[in-house]
Amino acid sequence: MDAEKLLYSKDHEWVSIDGETAVIGITDYAQEELGDIVFVELPESGSEIKAGEAPVTLESVKAVSSVYCPFSGIITEINSKLEDEPEIINSSPLDQGWIFKIKITSGNKDNLLNSADYEAYIKELD
Amino acid sequence: MNNIGNPKKTSLYNQHLKLSGKIIDFSGWLLPVQYKGIIVEHLHTREKNSIFDISHMGEFLIEGKNAESDLSIILTTDVTNMKTGTCRYGFILNENAGIIDDTILYKFTPTRFMLVVNASRTRIDYNWIIDNISNETTVTDISDKTAKIDLQGPLSRQTASICFANINFNQLKHFYFTEIKWKGIPLTISMTGYTGETGYELFLPEDAALELWESLLSIGDVEPAGLGARDSLRLEKGYSLYGHDLTDKINPYEAGLGRFIKRESGFIGAAALNTFREKKQNRLLVPFICEGRRSARDGFTIMNADKAIGRVTSGSFSPSLKRGIGLGMIEYEFAVEGKELICTDGKIKINATVTELPFV
Repeated sequence: MDAEKLLYSKDHEWVSIDGETAVIGITDYAQEELGDIVFVELPESGSEIKAGEAPVTLESVKAVSSVYCPFSGIITEINSKLEDEPEIINSSPLDQGWIFKIKITSGNKDNLLNSADYEAYIKELD
Repeated sequence: MNNIGNPKKTSLYNQHLKLSGKIIDFSGWLLPVQYKGIIVEHLHTREKNSIFDISHMGEFLIEGKNAESDLSIILTTDVTNMKTGTCRYGFILNENAGIIDDTILYKFTPTRFMLVVNASRTRIDYNWIIDNISNETTVTDISDKTAKIDLQGPLSRQTASICFANINFNQLKHFYFTEIKWKGIPLTISMTGYTGETGYELFLPEDAALELWESLLSIGDVEPAGLGARDSLRLEKGYSLYGHDLTDKINPYEAGLGRFIKRESGFIGAAALNTFREKKQNRLLVPFICEGRRSARDGFTIMNADKAIGRVTSGSFSPSLKRGIGLGMIEYEFAVEGKELICTDGKIKINATVTELPFV
């Protein structure tokens, strides 16, 4: 994924939209903050979710955190490789570490940040 | 917690920043939870050796002609038969046999001791000791002036031998210590630790910590490790952590640490403790292993079928086993190896089995 072309949430998810489908993962900043990810709870492919829900739970050695979805829709694909190799999210958060794909039924991307705005946002947090 | 809103920095704080340490507030101290990552630091300690800044721990000097008899009242430790140059694990108990703190006592001479206590308990311990000690004995809190660096891992004897060429580390046995001058700096080195590996704890004046830290880091295969790895390393060995597995509402028998109680009387809490010894106890801290990578966390309820029988006190991913592990306080009748448990926070359920220590 080209980081500059992605959209970002303030909860540190990245979103890549292609037509009706979005791919969702967590940002490099998020994986860095979480530390070594040791467990990923994935939703079932085909399940329906509402915007703002957290279909994914990530556990690091020390912490547990949720991955939120900015859209409503149907989960079309999950990255099941993460079940056995959750550390892929640490090593490749934007590419091999993608988490799930969703067919968007509603929700808008107006609340999402572009790359430059997200960079500015995480600078403020540090 | 001490120092809320005004956390302290150890004398190695700038080194932690330089090494990209991720800083957290731990018991009122700004310390690195990790540098490169908890798992890599954990495994490096198990395979090679690491150094940890443990300067937040509390240290008291306890001195005087009655020091030995006073300490015998305050600690469960059998102080009178300790040899000079040795250290011993023990507890400060309240009258109900609840653990005020777990401690290590160093005997320099029959009239001079050092007590090492948990950072979060330093003030409470100090006040308790002062209230229960005779006028002839002095207690000096040297915590702020004392740095502590732990060197831990299978290569640590080799590393220590390179750093301190004039000590024969083959003669420094487990729970023995020695006092030396290193580059003019007074050092106390004990063969002790909290990782379950061969290792040493090094006490020195805080203004000399940087020199020792850098000297150790310059030796091959020594890496810095943070509090995160310290916690996962200790949990794999089943070592208790004060404030989680031990509290002033838990006695040593309930904590599964009765083997450290060698005396039946003479210390504060002995009478209450003896009733637990005789009647056994209602609950016991047990180690459990989870069925997968997901860990039951501190505070999860432990269930037997539909009935709550206890609570998780420590839980983490084990980097060595790649499974969730933990300690939990459960009703005594269920504290049997092989017993299957369910740990839950109300949303998720994790299957776990009571096992034996150490995990690794």
